[in-house]
This record gives sequence, C-alpha cells and structure tokens, in this order.
Amino acid sequence: MDKPFSNKAWLFVLPVFLLVALSAIVPLMTVVNYSVQDTFGNNQFFWAGLEWYEELLHSERFHDALLRNLTFSAIILIIEIPLGIFIALNMPRKGVWVPICLILMALPLLIPWNVVGTIWQVFGRADIGLLGHTLAQLGVDYNYATNWFDAWVTVILMDVWHWTSLVVLLCYSGLVSIPDAYYQAARIDGASKWKVFRYIQLPKIHRVLLIAVLLRFMDSFMIYTEPFVLTGGGPGNTTTFLSIDLVKMAIGQFDLGPAAAMSIVYFLIILLLSWVFYTVMTNYGEDKPEASR
Amino acid sequence: MNLSWMAWTTPTAIFFITIVSLLLLMSLWEAIKPGGGPRVGILRIETTRGDRLFLSLLGSAFIHLAWLGLVGPNLWWALGVSVFYALLVFRFV
Repeated sequence: MDKPFSNKAWLFVLPVFLLVALSAIVPLMTVVNYSVQDTFGNNQFFWAGLEWYEELLHSERFHDALLRNLTFSAIILIIEIPLGIFIALNMPRKGVWVPICLILMALPLLIPWNVVGTIWQVFGRADIGLLGHTLAQLGVDYNYATNWFDAWVTVILMDVWHWTSLVVLLCYSGLVSIPDAYYQAARIDGASKWKVFRYIQLPKIHRVLLIAVLLRFMDSFMIYTEPFVLTGGGPGNTTTFLSIDLVKMAIGQFDLGPAAAMSIVYFLIILLLSWVFYTVMTNYGEDKPEASR
Repeated sequence: MNLSWMAWTTPTAIFFITIVSLLLLMSLWEAIKPGGGPRVGILRIETTRGDRLFLSLLGSAFIHLAWLGLVGPNLWWALGVSVFYALLVFRFV
C-alpha cells in the first residue's frame, strides 16, 4: 500500500487530544489514584491498597445496585428499541405530517433531565397529578413514594417517554435513506410486510440501530437525575441505581476512596458491555464492517 | 507543576507508566508493520492488534477483580494469569 502520509494531520488531532486528556483521561487517572487511598479532605491521603475494591466486591449494597441497574437497562432496551422501530415504521415519509411528527418526537429530547423528573413527580401525585389522581379515581392504589413496584413503573414510563423518541428519530433517518428500488423489487416479488421489514428495512437500519442500542444502554446504565428527582432512590433503596449510590457514597458520606473504587468497577462494566453490544451488532448479518475499521 | 491534587502514589504511577509504555510499543509495532494486522480469530470477528490489546487489558482488569473477590488480595497470581490470557488473546483472537 503506497498511500501518501502527512503528519500534519496530527496537529489537527492535537486540540481534541488535549481536550479529551483534560476532560476524561486526567480525571480517570485521578480516580484510580483515589481508589487506593483514603482521605479526610485537606488534600491528605493515606494508603489503603486494595481494601476498597475488596470491600466493594463483597458489598451487598453494590451487588443490589448493580442488579437493579442491569434489570433497569434490560427493561429499557426491551421496551424502547422495538417501540422505537414500530413508531418509526409507522411515521409518514411524505407530506405535511412529516415535520409535525418530527417535532413531536424531538420535544421530549429537548427537556432537561431534572425537569423531566419534576414533571413526572407532579404527574404521578395522587392529590394534584393527572396520572396519580386519575388512577386514584379508578380505584388503583398507586403511590410511587411508598410502593417499590409503582416507583419502578413510574421510572420506566418516564424513561420510555423521554428517550424512545431518540430511537424513533435514529430509525426513521435510517428508513428514509433506503432507496425506493428495494421496495419496488419487494413488491414485484410479492413480499409480505414482515419480509420487507426482515430482509430490507432491518438490515438497512441496523447500523443506526447499533447507535441507538449503545446510546440507550449507556444512558440507562448511567441514569441518575430523573430517578433522583422522582424518588430520591426510594422507597427504601429500591430505585437506587449505581450512579445514585455512587453520589450518596462520594458526596453524602464523603467516602472518596470507596466511591473511586466503585467508579472504576462501574466504568469497567460499562466498557465491557458496550464492547459486547458493539461487537455483536457490527458482526450481525452479512453487512460486515470493512477490514480497515 | 503541582500535581498533588491528583493524589499520585508509586504503584498507580507504575501502573500508568506500564499502560503508556504498552501504547508506545504498539505504536512502534504499527510503524514497523503498518495496517494493524487484521485477522479473524476464534471469536469469529475481525480484530486488529489494537483490538487485541484492548481485549487483553479489559480481560486482565476483570481477572484481577475476580481474583480479588474470589481468592484474595495477593494479585501476583492474577497478574500471571492475565499475562497468559493476553498471550492467548494475541495468538488466537
């Protein structure tokens, strides 16, 4: 291969590298340093070795939060991905309804996380909230502040309401880019709606779907603000996800060493699962990535 | 430059120097043999040298955590297992 190389390109990469170094690599290195030490503030540190990691690996509190988070992410993916595809498939491709649907879909994405939490907190209240009051009138005993099941349902509904649009918009962008010739060929072959979806639409959108799955997985696995505003991690600890637990530990208890060890393990789990998702989805089907990935 | 806020310790410094050295070695390898050496291994996915290093480091982190959680705090054996695992990854993945 005799490609012309220009090292000038490195100069263009340098600002990004410096930005990433300052915003990600240096803080990550600091967290690693904190995770093997103990501090009581005032920039004084005491060597703790692997103590925080050992404590974390045997901690029931961590196991529970991790299990809750994995369950939450699985439920979110199971609901949001098929629902997003279904809505995208049924959205209009031409006409005046296209911009209206796109704006309606984009609206939830524009609302800040803490506002979403507040909206649902009010929405679900039995005294003043539309949802809570209606359910109370129907005789349903719904209270997200005291019942763990209601709290979970509300957090999941809130996330579905907030983020399914992202999946919809990504899938829609993939669907509109499919040339008409594919559909014409399918019509000539007399393909059913399911076969058009299975053999034309799904393979054509699977790259954007990969981005949707990765974004939704990472975001749901790192969820903090919405459940924190809605339930504060309760009732009890039933909606205390990893990030909420981490903040409680780091800021609430000022246990910076254990919190740093938890951050590292949390980061490794996200890295592993993202790699698995990415690898499985980029190698799915016949449309494999090029050798020069 | 005062880096005391980063709370450096000798073991963590050695850890990061090792990671940076590995990256430099990989860059050197790439300069000598460009192209990343892509191939399809036992996972039946295409991997480059960079992918194999990533898998080795990520796997090693989990080997160390598993050892710490299941066996105990003496991680020299975990390091040995990790090096063996990395060799397997570079040979077969």
